[in-house]
Amino acid sequence: MTSIDRKLAGKTVGRRTVLAGAAGAAAAAAVPLRFASAQGKTLKIGVNLPRSGIQAQFGQDSVRGIELALEVLAGKGYPKVEVVHADNETKVDVGRAQAEKLIDQGCTMILGCYDSGITSAVAQVCEAKSIPLVVNVAAAPQITDGRFKTVFRNFPTGPMIASDAFLLQKEVYAIAGKAPKSAVMLHANDTFGTTQKDASVNLIGKFDMPYKFADVISYDPAARDLSAEVRKAKGSNAELLWIITRLNDAIMIVQEMVKQRWVPMGIVSTGPGPYDDPFLKQLGKLSDDIINMVPWFDPNKPMSKAMIAAWAKKFPDRTLNTSVSHSFEATLIALDAYKRAGAAEPAKLIEALKKTNIADNVTVGPAITFNDKGQNTKTRNSAIQNRGGKLLSVAPKEAAVAKPIWPMRPWNARG
Amino acid sequence: MDTVTVINALVSGLLTGLVYGLSALGLSVIFGVIRIVNFAHGELMVVGMFLALMLFRWFGLDPLWSVPIGAAVLFLVGYALQHFVVRRVSYLPDHMQFLLLAGIAIMIVSGCLVVFGPDAQGVQLAYALDSFAIGNLIVDKVRLYAAIAAIVVASALLLFFKYSATGRAIRACADNYLGARVVGLNVDRLYAFTFGIGAACIGAAGCIILLLVQVHPYLAPAYTLLAFVVVIVGGMGSLFGALLGGILIGVSEELASVILQPSLKTAFSFGLLIVVLLLRPQGLLGRVVR
Amino acid sequence: MSDLTLAGRAALIAFAIALLALPWVASGYILSVSIICLYLAYMGQAWNLMLGFAGLLSIGHALFVGLGAYASGFLFTRWGVPPVIGVAAAVAVAMLMGAIIGYLGFRFAIGGVYFALLTIAFSEFVRILLDHAKFLGGTEGLFLPVTQASRRGVDLVNLRGWTEMYYYVILALAGGAFLLCRALLNGRIGYYWRAIRDNPEAAEAVGVDIFRFRMFAVLLSSGMAGVAGVFYAFYYNNLFPEQVLGIERSIEITLAPIVGGVGTLFGPIFGAFVLTPLGELLTDLVGHLKSWGIIAKDVKVDGVKLMFWGFAVALIVLLKPTGLWPWVCQQLRLVKPPGQRG
Repeated sequence: MTSIDRKLAGKTVGRRTVLAGAAGAAAAAAVPLRFASAQGKTLKIGVNLPRSGIQAQFGQDSVRGIELALEVLAGKGYPKVEVVHADNETKVDVGRAQAEKLIDQGCTMILGCYDSGITSAVAQVCEAKSIPLVVNVAAAPQITDGRFKTVFRNFPTGPMIASDAFLLQKEVYAIAGKAPKSAVMLHANDTFGTTQKDASVNLIGKFDMPYKFADVISYDPAARDLSAEVRKAKGSNAELLWIITRLNDAIMIVQEMVKQRWVPMGIVSTGPGPYDDPFLKQLGKLSDDIINMVPWFDPNKPMSKAMIAAWAKKFPDRTLNTSVSHSFEATLIALDAYKRAGAAEPAKLIEALKKTNIADNVTVGPAITFNDKGQNTKTRNSAIQNRGGKLLSVAPKEAAVAKPIWPMRPWNARG
Repeated sequence: MDTVTVINALVSGLLTGLVYGLSALGLSVIFGVIRIVNFAHGELMVVGMFLALMLFRWFGLDPLWSVPIGAAVLFLVGYALQHFVVRRVSYLPDHMQFLLLAGIAIMIVSGCLVVFGPDAQGVQLAYALDSFAIGNLIVDKVRLYAAIAAIVVASALLLFFKYSATGRAIRACADNYLGARVVGLNVDRLYAFTFGIGAACIGAAGCIILLLVQVHPYLAPAYTLLAFVVVIVGGMGSLFGALLGGILIGVSEELASVILQPSLKTAFSFGLLIVVLLLRPQGLLGRVVR
Repeated sequence: MSDLTLAGRAALIAFAIALLALPWVASGYILSVSIICLYLAYMGQAWNLMLGFAGLLSIGHALFVGLGAYASGFLFTRWGVPPVIGVAAAVAVAMLMGAIIGYLGFRFAIGGVYFALLTIAFSEFVRILLDHAKFLGGTEGLFLPVTQASRRGVDLVNLRGWTEMYYYVILALAGGAFLLCRALLNGRIGYYWRAIRDNPEAAEAVGVDIFRFRMFAVLLSSGMAGVAGVFYAFYYNNLFPEQVLGIERSIEITLAPIVGGVGTLFGPIFGAFVLTPLGELLTDLVGHLKSWGIIAKDVKVDGVKLMFWGFAVALIVLLKPTGLWPWVCQQLRLVKPPGQRG
């Protein structure tokens, strides 16, 4: 006991009733709180996403995608499920505890978690309890390097995104008949940005690109000011600007480019940001002509058409993006497995997930299948160009709906 | 790296630094008088930014014209905060004050998330992306405005504290709390007034900075930290110290970006903070505190 | 124990038994929340040593946790050094950092809020350096190997096993920290610490070597935090500078002991067991409010929980400025009034 304890204890006012109450509360708290793992007929899917915290924006878009999928798929003969939502506050420890909670509440499948670190922590819980985890978005290669047996990911890894970006660029340059001779990369120094940067710098030699990186510049994603970053990139005199951003930073980069009057041949992006709603709304015409080489949906597939139509009805003033489409598809994968398993038992769901083969999907590429490590290695990315507030697929050819504008138009020459 | 880049970096660092200084003035005012470290500083600024955003959305009001409104509203918020809440913890040790304001900060951030959502939002104005070109030197128009505003606000505050009766009474409280009480000053009211003025500076800064940055709830902690660095480097409680601190941080960050990796620039300003804390804990322009 | 009333002893024993028995009755969720509680209780104890007993306010304690986590995690991933050995390195690195900060702080006579800001500055500085430390994974994260076999059973050497094992490890750490602090406080050093905290000038005047005793508190506190880092690394198995060393983490560490009562032995534990469940209950409450129709279904409630939580923390400061634990002690007569002590 310390002095403060003693001092206060000296002024004791006895209240036995409070003691009794506290003892009662303690007893109540000690009551076994093991939830019955209700493995009844309907599947309960636990959704673990960052709905608050620094990634709230993406987590909430992902939730929209899941809600949309449940509506659309109900009309296509997929079984009804119950969805339990949890907010991991963009924190690893909260994510882990929430995963345990979801499982205790009887969820026999988890869906999430947008962030690679949280996904990996949640995967450990799922692994220990043999509960399947369907990943909507998360690009760290480690998640499907074989360490987890119950993880299924339909999202490409960092190296996959980088490789596709090179192929898609070649396609765009070939159509446009003009290719940059030098490039500068400006990337957020966060998990996604650095993974992407490393993959791109390591893989560029394999693709025989027309350019080399004149400079690779990393910046703090929480930076309040990106003028120095853009000035440095401009100083490299590169023809191509390659950005890997979150969102706010993407807006600031374009604004700084306009202020500093820098017009490169074009801008490509391999991360979130330029395809997100606030970017398009905030920058208006200035958001045009940027090409996103990212995981996307194939607007020509029938399921995508259903998704796009339902989205336009449900969220008329928001743009459909990767967080939405990949959460939509993760839900599709979950419901498809449940339909084939015919039961909500985790073991049967895992067996069904392993045999996944969905041709009627939304993302680019052949039917969804998983390799023995739970990764869909066949999923492809698209080149999406911002045009007048719309996001148009310009490559690959089979998923394209428009021809790319390349080089980009100067900032002050946009109708 | 050529001279043009360096000169551009220096000018931009100077302007950015003044903007930093502007964002930190309120913290300096409040600490200088009430000796409370406002851990909800960035949060109040985000409130100011959201206010300016709403005024723009509803009435099409240019954030520069929102400055008086933002200052007035935040003045009331600050006054109430000191009068009803912070006053009660003034006799408590530092860590209790810190926890109280940290709790308030969490409430503000989460409240903004509930009300405004997590999306980054900003205003679109014709001149927001303008810049002046003088030869190879490119000067950003909005930053220039904000830098001028920083100097104007700091000067106005200085005049207020030096020449107005209220200002002098506030300084008396800061210099000698007991003495001020003895001569019959209403210290509680003056403190609330000071907190209000500090908050008004924060509100004004928020309105102006909305022209440069998109607002979202999680912007707040970064601005709180930035204000600490700026104010400590310049000297807690010194108004021009805040501006000087801002300039030093702004210029050193720009140069660090040019010479090293930009992602290291924040480490640079924290390094500067450590050096200043060790060599001159009262800050460059600060007075030694009893 | 001798200071405790009968009710106090009964409560303490009941609490200890409840903690020991928890894994047999609790669900995975309760268990993992309890692990967070105990972790914060342990860290609160370490942090409390510095503020409560040496008068130094640190808002950068996540720095020491992070250094410990990265040191042990790196040794394990790179050379397979088990955490039982890695913990020595973790403690050494954390203590070295503590020594640097402590030395600079004392040498240049930085006190109060300024010392707190010094700790923040160091912690942010190191976080940004770790962001760029390629060999530690940088922002891409340091992933500790998790093999299939290691996730079963109990392997204390490699700190691999069921959640229950982690629970008992952190329980042992929290209990050990409690006993250690109790022994120190009741020993000679405890009296010196309190003398320095309450009146440093007077202590110095009577010949107490302030620097030595304060430094000891800083070293012990940072070393303990380093051990917590090892636990963090092997429990979560992935390390990201932002997640481990972010300023939010440092603030989180300060909450339990401040709410429980700075300078009390049981305060950090009590605070942790109030705040963490409070957060979880608020999450449930918001869910219920929605299902009962008090909050409209289509309203986005993300963030409401944290809003309530911040409010609760502010309220505790306003109503019980010495912390909750002294008040609870007094209300429940857990401690004997001074006159009745043997």
